[in-house]
Amino acid sequence: METFIQQVINGLVLGSVYSLIALGYTMVYGILNLINFAHGDVLMVGALTALSTILVLKAHFPDAPGWLLMLCGLATAIPVCVVVSLVIERVAYRPLRNAPRLAPLITAIGVSIILQTLAMLIWGRNYMQFPQLLPGEPIHILGATITVTKLAIVVLSALIMVALMLLVNRTRLGRAMRATAENPRVAGLMGVNPNYVIAVTFAIGASLAAVAGVMIAANYAVAHFYMGFMPGLKAFTAAVLGGIGNIPGAMVGGLLLGLIESLGAGYIGQLTGGVLGSHYQDVFAFIVLCGVLILRPQGLLGERVADRA
Amino acid sequence: MRLFFPQWRHSKAAAIVATFVVGACLVLLPFVASEIGNAWVRALAFAALYVMLALGLNIVVGFAGLLDLGYIAFYAVGAYMYALLASPHLTNNFPALAAAFPDGFHSSIWLVIPLGAALAAFFGVVLGAPVLKLRGDYLAIVTLGFGEIIRIFLLNLNQPVNLTNGPQGITLIDPVSILGVSLARPANFFGISLPSVYLYYYLFVLLAVVSVVISIRLQESRLGRAWMAIREDEVAAKAMGINTRNVKLLAFALGATFGGVAGAMFSAFQGFISPESFTLHESIIVLAMVVLGGIGHIPGVILGAVMLAMLPEFLRATAVPVQRALFGEVVVDAEVLRMMLYGLAMVLVMLYRPKGLWPAPEHGKQRPGTAENAPSASIV
Repeated sequence: METFIQQVINGLVLGSVYSLIALGYTMVYGILNLINFAHGDVLMVGALTALSTILVLKAHFPDAPGWLLMLCGLATAIPVCVVVSLVIERVAYRPLRNAPRLAPLITAIGVSIILQTLAMLIWGRNYMQFPQLLPGEPIHILGATITVTKLAIVVLSALIMVALMLLVNRTRLGRAMRATAENPRVAGLMGVNPNYVIAVTFAIGASLAAVAGVMIAANYAVAHFYMGFMPGLKAFTAAVLGGIGNIPGAMVGGLLLGLIESLGAGYIGQLTGGVLGSHYQDVFAFIVLCGVLILRPQGLLGERVADRA
Repeated sequence: MRLFFPQWRHSKAAAIVATFVVGACLVLLPFVASEIGNAWVRALAFAALYVMLALGLNIVVGFAGLLDLGYIAFYAVGAYMYALLASPHLTNNFPALAAAFPDGFHSSIWLVIPLGAALAAFFGVVLGAPVLKLRGDYLAIVTLGFGEIIRIFLLNLNQPVNLTNGPQGITLIDPVSILGVSLARPANFFGISLPSVYLYYYLFVLLAVVSVVISIRLQESRLGRAWMAIREDEVAAKAMGINTRNVKLLAFALGATFGGVAGAMFSAFQGFISPESFTLHESIIVLAMVVLGGIGHIPGVILGAVMLAMLPEFLRATAVPVQRALFGEVVVDAEVLRMMLYGLAMVLVMLYRPKGLWPAPEHGKQRPGTAENAPSASIV
């Protein structure tokens, strides 16, 4: 039972990070029908920027409290990611907005490689240690343990998601975003500037990715240039699982995928009698992805989408 | 040759002469390259392998319009199959097999090539069958996931039974030997001693030429036209009576075949393979070759494959000395520079030349006197 609770907690932590990243995919997909393949690498840029800031600050102010350093890290990572993401949108996606839909996917792959190599040049190709900034002693709940960092991840993600829901559902900007997602041309006729809305969407997605990047780096205590690939891919899976283009879907999908992965990795050894071990964790996401796409391509909360590509 | 120079299509003599000239160039190329450095011959052999891979991917992406980001999985399947059938790995780990084959496995190339092709085709169908209904960009992500699954299994199948030896990979793989001539040792032909790399180069070029011929024949066949019809408009193709499911499956299977054979050759050439060689990056590199050259246009794809395959060698030769001369030190090492150029190439080509560097001619299929327009391969 303790293992179960522990795995559920781990799953929730993992899942909230996936949700944050998946939101970036799903909002962009909802408006542009584009898989922003470079989203995972924006996350990596965020994590590494925050790490650099934190290291610099730590060198100058060794007595500063950990949470303050963390906030400063986030405060630099978010603008950097927003700028990177806006540049990508302007240079690589906007010119191809009316091109066949796989053209922007290929530029996105190209952009992802470019970001990775640039990061490799700036930060080197080795794993970098992310300092432990929040208190290390674990909190005990129902026989399971959770570190302060993990607790902070879950709480912060929940707050961010509530804020995002309010933004999308209650504000003028949110209404413009929903209108553009529904029909960009008609939204344009109603006085919405689609380019502005798209840029804002990319900026929000990038900010969420930056936060998620810092969370991942803080949770695993490492950061490196390739760290964005796997979370990006899994978050995409989460977005598809929840129904791509659907904002609550991305949140549910992310949490669900986190739980599936964590419980799966925790119990696969027992279930298969030790034949398969927890290093198959990464396979679960792909199996879920294939399963969802085959059985329910519109996702759990998504609406039926047209068949034609 | 007609394919490369459409204007010669009515002159048989010119075509024959051109074929001989190109053939002679291909035969003499390693001798020229070795004047610059022996590493270049090796790079040429790899370029021929990549031509095979790119042509295989071109069937799926270029002809049928299905974006496949996990293509390298088929290469891995072929490579691991050859490695298992021609190395002491299996007999070392399974005493029963060692008893049955006291000399160990030493499979002949005549067995491995068809078997590799068949196994890869089987995997192609296994991948293709469930994902056929998916729309373009979903398909890309699922194939990517498939490629990663294969790699994760290769990494972890060293227990409970040691099938792939995990991250250490498989070593001591037999070299190819044809009609008793082992390609691992220099061979004498008419008094000229050819080093091993040359022999592999000739084998790979031969296979690449066979791939080109198969690709051309496929393109001009009923099946090829069905693929292009699906690529242009799936609903219309269906309405014309094409069984889109079977035809797409055939695209996956035939594309995978090329990858499987290339993989088997790769593992024989290297003598060592590990999951490291089959990452997503490799899939993307092959895709970059197809995209850069000209999606769906065989000469373009060959050009793209040769260019990108020779790029690392070219960078090794130029990037380091140039940087030394400019900055006094190596700022960007050749490997990083190569990846960055691949990424840049994909972005720039899509933005400015979406049909590739050597695109299919707009009226390529036009017969004299008719005005029918063949759709050229706009991307997928």
